[in-house]
Formats: sequence, structure tokens, C-alpha cells
Amino acid sequence: MARIGVVVFPGSNCEYDAFSAVTSLGAQAQFIWHSQTDLDGVDGVILPGGFAHGDYLRPGALARFSPVMEAVAAFASAGGAVLGICNGFQVLTEAGLLPGALQKNRGLTFLCQPTTVIVESTNSVLTRGATQGEELVIPINHFSGSYTCDDATLASLEANNQIVLRYKDNPNGSRADIAGVSNVDGNVVGLMPHPERAMSTLLGSADGRVLLEGFVHAPVGAR
Amino acid sequence: MNYPVVVEVTLRDGIADPEGATIEKALPALGFTGVARVRAGKSFRMEIDAVDESAALEKATALAERLLSNPVIENAVARSAVGS
Repeated sequence: MARIGVVVFPGSNCEYDAFSAVTSLGAQAQFIWHSQTDLDGVDGVILPGGFAHGDYLRPGALARFSPVMEAVAAFASAGGAVLGICNGFQVLTEAGLLPGALQKNRGLTFLCQPTTVIVESTNSVLTRGATQGEELVIPINHFSGSYTCDDATLASLEANNQIVLRYKDNPNGSRADIAGVSNVDGNVVGLMPHPERAMSTLLGSADGRVLLEGFVHAPVGAR
Repeated sequence: MNYPVVVEVTLRDGIADPEGATIEKALPALGFTGVARVRAGKSFRMEIDAVDESAALEKATALAERLLSNPVIENAVARSAVGS
């Protein structure tokens, strides 16, 4: 059974949602405090949403220097499955583990609403169980979710199939409607929408399951 | 000796700045016409212990690039704040 570590920074607030989503998919979950210097041998890592270190300076700017991030970087470069959700995505871009950056939303308002995303690439640990072109309804909940990058980065994202999800109706001004990207190898993924909050039709949508199911079972036997 | 330094962090050219654009749009309504290219940013003041001012500015530039700014979207400039 896959064991997934959920990193907890001071100010994280979606760690229980992520924990519960992982266990509901039949995998084991455990919290990893940000001051830990190793990942305790987990099979995959989730950086959850929230406001790590208060989001002071910029979202993710201080969290990237938390001791655990060196272990996350080493795990990622060894091919380990790493997923950053919302604030976790911001941390991964600040840490240089994913290209680009997240800026304030185009309308300068906090957005909390369901969004429809389109699966662009299935070549990632998050989307490997989904179908290309599939539309998923997943909520967003962010102020700084506008994905930005320069022309050269966008061209390489497109060329290497690193855009994993796009918004159907761009809510925040993200460049090229990007909702989630991966690294070149597809083992590190970040997205602004919250799949861990779309696990049950009773609570609005279960479309996050296909993504997280792929992720929690990706580590075992992958790469 | 301690040298007072200011670091200014601004968005790189070509990076959308919704905050600056919103401020710019508000100005004419307040009677301030003829104001263009408004860019929002951040400024940080600090005192740096160094042998001379250029060493202080070098240190400020290094910490600005490592922490205060995100080089993917922002530029950082350090300057002396002596007398300000």
C-alpha cells in the first residue's frame, strides 16, 4: 500500500483534507512537519494548500527555505511523486521545482468557486489515470493563482507536454489558461484547483478522485 | 559599521501588473491626469553591517535576489539610504 506524506508548514490549512482524500483512496497518509529533514521513506509527497509562513513576502517565498524542502527537492530529482496543491504549487514554483510563478488574480479578488478544468496531458503522476480532453469540475480557492511565465518558458511547457490542466473559462488571468503544470519528467506536479475538495458528489463534485487516485497509486511501481 | 539600504522590488517589464493598472485607472477620477505606466512594487529598508557601502550594497543585492524577489517575475535594486 502506498504511503503518502502530507507536508505541514506553519499556516498550512488543507492538510487534513489531503490526508482524508488519500486515505479514502485506500492509501496510507502521514503528516510531515516542515522542520523534518527527511521524508520518512514515503512513496509520494503532497504539499497542501494554506498560507505557509503567513504567505509573507510572497506565497511560498519563505516556505521554500523550510528544512523539509531540501528533502523534497532530492526526492523529486530521484523521480519521486510530488504534488503541490494551491499554496503547495506556489511553494514548488518558488523552490524552482516547477517553472513559472503565481501572481495575484487578474481581478484582484480572492476567488472561491467551482471551476471546470480540461485535462491537457496525461503524462504526469496526477493525470495518468485521466483521459486527455476530459473536463473535471474542481473548486479553486486563492488570491494569487494567476500563472505567469515568459515566452520561452511557455514554449518549452508546450513542447514538452508539461501543461497538465487548463481552465475552460479562465477565472484569474493565468497565462494560456494554465491551471496546472508538471516538470519535464511528469513526477512533480502543481495545480491551483483543489482536487482533495472534490472527492464526493454529496459535497459538490467527485472529479478530484481520478486525479488523486492516479497520484496515490503512481509511486508504487512507477518509474 | 551599519549602512542603511533600501531594496526596491518591481515586476519585470512585460509581466502583467493588475495592481498598478487598477491604481492608474483610479487616478483620473481623482483629478490626477497625465499619469502613465504606474507599476506597483515593494520596498524594504534595512541596516547592513559591512566594511564599506559597496560591500553593504553587494550583500543587499544578494539577499534581494535570493529572498526578497522572485527573479522569474521581479527585478530587485539595492541603493544607499544614507540621509533618507
